Amino acid sequence: MSRLLELLEQDCMQTVNQLAARAEMTEDAVRAEIAQLEQSRAIVGYQAIVDWDQVRRESVTALIEVKVVPQSVDGFDRIAERIYQYDEVESMYLMSGSFDLTVIISGRTLQEVARFVGERLAPLEGVTGTATHFILKKYKEKHLVFKPEEPEERELIFR
Amino acid sequence: MNYESILNKRIQAVKPSGIRKFFDLLEEMKDAISLGIGEPDFVTPWHIRDAGIYSLERGYTKYTSNAGMVQLRREISSYLSRRFQLEYHYKDQIVVTVGGSEGIDLALRVLVEPGEEVIVPTPSFVCYGPLTEMAGGTPVYVELQAEDQFRLTPEQLKAAITPKTKVLVLPFPCNPTGGIMEQKDLEAIAQVLEGTDIMVVSDEIYAELTYGQKHVSIANIPGMKERTILVNGFSKSYAMTGWRMGYVCAAPEIIAAITKLHQFGIMSAPTMSQYAAIEAMRSGDGDIVHMRDEYDGRRRYLVEHLRKIGLPCFEPKGAFYVFPDIRPTGLSSEEFCNRFLVEEKVAVIPGSAFGPGGEGYVRACYAASMQDIAEALNRMDNFLQNLERKSARE
Repeated sequence: MSRLLELLEQDCMQTVNQLAARAEMTEDAVRAEIAQLEQSRAIVGYQAIVDWDQVRRESVTALIEVKVVPQSVDGFDRIAERIYQYDEVESMYLMSGSFDLTVIISGRTLQEVARFVGERLAPLEGVTGTATHFILKKYKEKHLVFKPEEPEERELIFR
Repeated sequence: MNYESILNKRIQAVKPSGIRKFFDLLEEMKDAISLGIGEPDFVTPWHIRDAGIYSLERGYTKYTSNAGMVQLRREISSYLSRRFQLEYHYKDQIVVTVGGSEGIDLALRVLVEPGEEVIVPTPSFVCYGPLTEMAGGTPVYVELQAEDQFRLTPEQLKAAITPKTKVLVLPFPCNPTGGIMEQKDLEAIAQVLEGTDIMVVSDEIYAELTYGQKHVSIANIPGMKERTILVNGFSKSYAMTGWRMGYVCAAPEIIAAITKLHQFGIMSAPTMSQYAAIEAMRSGDGDIVHMRDEYDGRRRYLVEHLRKIGLPCFEPKGAFYVFPDIRPTGLSSEEFCNRFLVEEKVAVIPGSAFGPGGEGYVRACYAASMQDIAEALNRMDNFLQNLERKSARE
C-alpha cells in the first residue's frame, strides 16, 4: 500500500497500468486501493504544482508566524480551525518552538495579503502576535524545481 | 601521406562499430524519443557531486597515487565485502581505472598474447572483441540463446575451448539482453574451467542492477577468485558515467601488471572523480536502492506492454535493457530500427550491433522517463499495426 502511495505522491498523473506495473499489482487491485485510500482520506486530493511566474500572473505568497493562546479544552485545534477556514489560507501547520502556527497564504497582491493579516488574522480572539514573511522566489516545492527546462545535452554514445 | 601504410595494421583491421549509419540517422532527428543510449537518465546524486566540487574548492587538483587514492581503495574493498562478500585487499588487489572500460582493456592486455583466443559470449557490449584484437588475440564468439535465458551454458563453453583459449569474458548482468548468471550457472562454468589455465575477465558493471535476486560474482565461487579479474565501476550504480570511474580487482601479481600499464598510459584516474567516488561508496547505498526501484518499475511496465503489443520478450533480470524478439515482424533488426526511427521517431538499437546472436532482436533502454517509455510503447504499437496492415495488403 505504501508503495502505491509513494508512486502517486511522485506523480498522480500516471495511468493505472503504469502504476500496476511499478507497484507489482494488478490493475484492478490498483483501482480498488486508490478508491479505498480516497475514501479513507489517506489521499486528500490531487493538484497541479504551478509556477505562476511562468505565466506572468501576479501572485504573492506569505508565510505568517502566529502566536496564539491555546484553549483549555481543544488546545490549539479550535483556534487553528478558525484560521484555516479562510479560503486565503493555503497551508497551515502547528509548530514547535518560539511560535505556534505557520500559516501560508497566497493572494493576488501585497495589499490583499496585508488586509488578511490585519483584518482577519490579527484581531482573532486568542491570537497574540503575528510575523509576516513574504516569499520572494520559489525554488522548489514537493521535490519539483521551479526552473525552465534546459535543453537536454545528452550526446549520442554507443554504450 | 599514405596513412594506410603508416597506421598500425592491427588497428586498421579492427572494424568500426557497425551501427555508425544508424547513429548518423539518429543524429539528424533531434526530437526523437531515445531508448537508445545505454546510461542512467538520473543525474549523479547531489551529495556525490558536491563531494567532487568540494575537492576542487579545497584545491585537490594534483595526481593521486597510480593505483588510486588509498582512501578510495579502502572504500572499494569494504564496499565489495559489504555488498557482495568479496574480499580484496586495498593495498595490492585493487586498481582505480578511468571507467570500467579501461579496466576491461587493461585486463585483456595483461593476459592476451598474439594467437591466443578469448571467448566472448554474445550478444554483449561491443568492446570485448575489438579490445581482444587490439591486444593481438582472437575473439571466439559464443551465441547465447533466449531459451537459455541468455546465460552461458557449460556445454557451450566446453565446445568453445581450444588449446589456444586464454580468457573467458563474463559480461553479466548483460548489456543488451538483461541476462544474469545465478550461483548454480556460475558453478557449472567453474567446473568446466577447473584444471585449465583459462582466466576469467568478469565485467560486473551492472552488479547493483539486478531485480529479484542479488548479483553473484564468479569470484564468489570456490577456487575461482584466483583466476578472475573482476571489473566494476561507478557509472551504472551511482549514475556517474561522465566521471569515468572504474576499478579492477585481482590477485596481487595481476594487479601489479595492470598497474604498470595504467601508470604509463594514464598515470592516475581523475582526482576530483576519486573524491566523488569516495562519497558515493560511503553514503550512496540509499541512492542505489532508489534508482534500482525506479528502473525495476519501468522494466516491468516495458516488458508487460511489449508482450501485450505482440513482441515476445525475455524477462531481463539485470542491467537496464529489454531485448524483445522482433522476428515476428519479418524485418532484420537494422531495418526494424531504421523504419521505427523514421516512421515513429523512436530510437532503439539493432541487436546485430551486439555481435553474433543479436540479429532478430532490438535493445531498448529503460533508463528513460516513464512518459518517454509510455509514449515509445504507443508508437511501437502503432508501428507494428502499420506493418501488419502493409503486409496484409501485399
